[in-house]
Amino acid sequence: MAQNSDQSASFWTAASIVPPLIAAGLFAFFLSFLHPISAGESVRHAWEWIPSMGVELSFFIDGLSLTFALLISGIGVLVMLFSGKYMAGNPQHGRFSMYLVSFMLAMLGLVLSDNLLGLFVFWELTTITSFLLIGFNHDSKLSQRSAMQALLVTGTGGLAMLAGFLLIGSVSGTMELSELRGMGDILRDSPMYLPILLLVLAGAFTKSAQFPFHFWLPNAMAAPTPVSAYLHSATMVKGGVYLLARMHPNLSGTDVWLWTLVVFGAFTTVFASVLALKQNDLKQTLAYTTLMALGALVLFLAAPGGYAITAMATFLVVHSLYKAALFLMIGCVDHSTGTRDARRLGGLIRRMPITGVAGGLAALSMAGMYPFIGFIGKELLYKAGLESPASVLIVTGAIFLASALMFAVAGVVALKPFWGSAAHMPQLDRPIREAPIPMLAGPVILGVAGLFFGLNSHALQHAVTDPIVGAVLGDMEKAKDLHLWAGVNMALYLSLATFATGLVLYLFHKTLRERLIAAGERLMSFDAKWDSLLVAINAGAVKVTALIQPGILSRYLLVVFSTITLAIGGTILARGLDIGTPVLDGITYVHLIVFGLTVSGAFVAVITNSRIAAIAGLGVTGIGVALVFIQFGAPDVAITQILVEMLVVVLFSVAALKLPTLPQRLPFHNRGLHAIVAIGLGAVVTGVVIGITSVPLNMNLTEYFEKYSYPIAHGKNIVNVILVDFRAFDTFGEISVVAVAAISAYALLKQRKSGGTS
Amino acid sequence: METLLAITIGCLVAAGVYLMLARDMLRFLFGLTLISNAVNLAIFASGRITVGGVPPLVPEGEKYPVGDVANALPQALILTAIVIGFGLFAFSLVLAMRAYSELGTLDTDAMLLAESNDEGDKA
Repeated sequence: MAQNSDQSASFWTAASIVPPLIAAGLFAFFLSFLHPISAGESVRHAWEWIPSMGVELSFFIDGLSLTFALLISGIGVLVMLFSGKYMAGNPQHGRFSMYLVSFMLAMLGLVLSDNLLGLFVFWELTTITSFLLIGFNHDSKLSQRSAMQALLVTGTGGLAMLAGFLLIGSVSGTMELSELRGMGDILRDSPMYLPILLLVLAGAFTKSAQFPFHFWLPNAMAAPTPVSAYLHSATMVKGGVYLLARMHPNLSGTDVWLWTLVVFGAFTTVFASVLALKQNDLKQTLAYTTLMALGALVLFLAAPGGYAITAMATFLVVHSLYKAALFLMIGCVDHSTGTRDARRLGGLIRRMPITGVAGGLAALSMAGMYPFIGFIGKELLYKAGLESPASVLIVTGAIFLASALMFAVAGVVALKPFWGSAAHMPQLDRPIREAPIPMLAGPVILGVAGLFFGLNSHALQHAVTDPIVGAVLGDMEKAKDLHLWAGVNMALYLSLATFATGLVLYLFHKTLRERLIAAGERLMSFDAKWDSLLVAINAGAVKVTALIQPGILSRYLLVVFSTITLAIGGTILARGLDIGTPVLDGITYVHLIVFGLTVSGAFVAVITNSRIAAIAGLGVTGIGVALVFIQFGAPDVAITQILVEMLVVVLFSVAALKLPTLPQRLPFHNRGLHAIVAIGLGAVVTGVVIGITSVPLNMNLTEYFEKYSYPIAHGKNIVNVILVDFRAFDTFGEISVVAVAAISAYALLKQRKSGGTS
Repeated sequence: METLLAITIGCLVAAGVYLMLARDMLRFLFGLTLISNAVNLAIFASGRITVGGVPPLVPEGEKYPVGDVANALPQALILTAIVIGFGLFAFSLVLAMRAYSELGTLDTDAMLLAESNDEGDKA
């Protein structure tokens, strides 16, 4: 937006100069690979990354990755030049430049990675940097929403892709793409083929905004214009296309691959071109044409033929050139006039001739006019469509419709603002002038490049399309030649029909747009659904949290106790418990009375509503336990137990003076559940104790204590010796615990009501 | 004998758990006491019990205990556990008193409401 920049701010700052220099350096570096790669070679560099897991940081350059790297760094130079002026004077310019450069490096890492895990890491880095860039105007609600949407959609796809990569690794035994290339049959014959394919496609389709994941891309236009030009037309969204091309040798060749890509690609390309015509904001128009191009690229990756891949490679370059040029051109117009509204702009050619001509060149390429590279691209698309193994009608039909609409859109974007009527132009207090040179450089160079490659198509063929076909199909010989004039054939007739249809569409585009806008109200809106989806997820999270974190003590305890019961009880049931024959020997009536006392005391405590009865019941149980200890040779323990029981009763009696009586038990519906859990856990504990006592016991420690108590510790009561000698530190710890409890209790009792102490 | 003891332990655990699940804090404390007792008995049982029960003492004039005596190790552990259990009970009881004087209730659900109201006042 124009207000981002200060017209008078200097271009000559570090934030403006450094990024284009970095990009230019990288571009030159990658250019040096052009010669060996176009001769069919490939280069690989690897460093150990996580040696213990066999993960290498490896980079691989072949025809496919080199083309992407050149596009990324080359368009990067122009976009960064543009943004150097566009953002000049913005206090956040440094931050912006850093994000943009980080994004470029992440994107280069993505296309150059040889290791699938490395590719994933760079993939997510592009997602994160694009989040930062889309949300650059972070005080705007719209930017926040768009950034979050892009992050969630592409991030989710990225995770699915990671799962797919891990499956690929486990099926093929390698994560290196260069090794995977020859292993296509292993993956295709694996029973995991379909899950792998679906997961990888989920990653590619979300990143490349294929229907039904397309909605994030137009929203991402909330970013500053250079970002839209760079990320969302020329680079990041092509990440998915790159992935599909990269995976082509491994995953293509099946009907699932063919038809999935054809159907989604064809639908996306037509759907997006229609929506492109509907937009008023020129930036939105271009966003939808990007979707159209992505759809077409996916469509042609479906087929294995030489024409299809040659067409894909050509169109990839064509689209990157004209789309970046047009976005930057819109940026210039916006910068000078303050608006991007297609209905208002007009007559700019006299004020901004260079911008107009540059945009016109790019638009001619987009429209597929002779002798631009776009013409060659469109011819190839038709030829590939005519020999499509899927359905000639669907593929060719989709391309025809999309190309005709592109023709019309090219007119709307580049023709009307410059040559159309100026009647609706906004009135400005300053004269409309040509954009400054750093901003003009991009549209001019890219627009001219479209013409240059059209006239010198063999250069493009040698440098780009042949190596890409070699990389994707494994054989450069399968590449088709790029001809500006291929003679009179079916593709030419289709081109002429496209021009005619496109012209008609352009002439009636205002009426069409109004109709489409009216119809669009009734069309289902994925974007609106997105909000309800997020709301539903949040509401679900709140409900789950309320369910498992209610803040109610009895429910937490219920969960804890049921978990223990189910975990231990389930284990016992699953493993089987050999309790042997019940050991009931030597039971006398004394034992029965003692055990009976113990249990009945507890029973009283459970059923009574009287505090005194409950405390008496507890006392009975405590004494019963003490009697058990006496019965089985533990007098010391029994003495302690009795002392403690007495103290408990005394303490409670004191406390009872200050505490309320027990409430009546409510006829509370959870009591049945509580009883079931209680009885279940009791049964489980019984089973565990029986299980423990039915296996032999290791008596080493006990024998050690028995043997040495007297000789080395000089004590005759072995229990006491253990406590005060062998395990004296334990006892010391125990005393500390009691002391801390006593101090805390004292503090609680002495403290006045809250706030009254200090 | 072990089976009978195991059943007794199970009953104490069941009673303790049922009381701890109640909303009233006093019942919760009763349940805590019962479960402490049950755990002590379980430790005792896991060290095996000797019917007839001779305490683990070294008789006068001997260097080692004579004959079949009770296992000394679990007894030492239980002694520690009883004392710590008492400390826990005493502290919890005081905490309950304090909570009652602050919040005016021992119903754990009502305490939750009282607490959030309290926070609301401060905010």
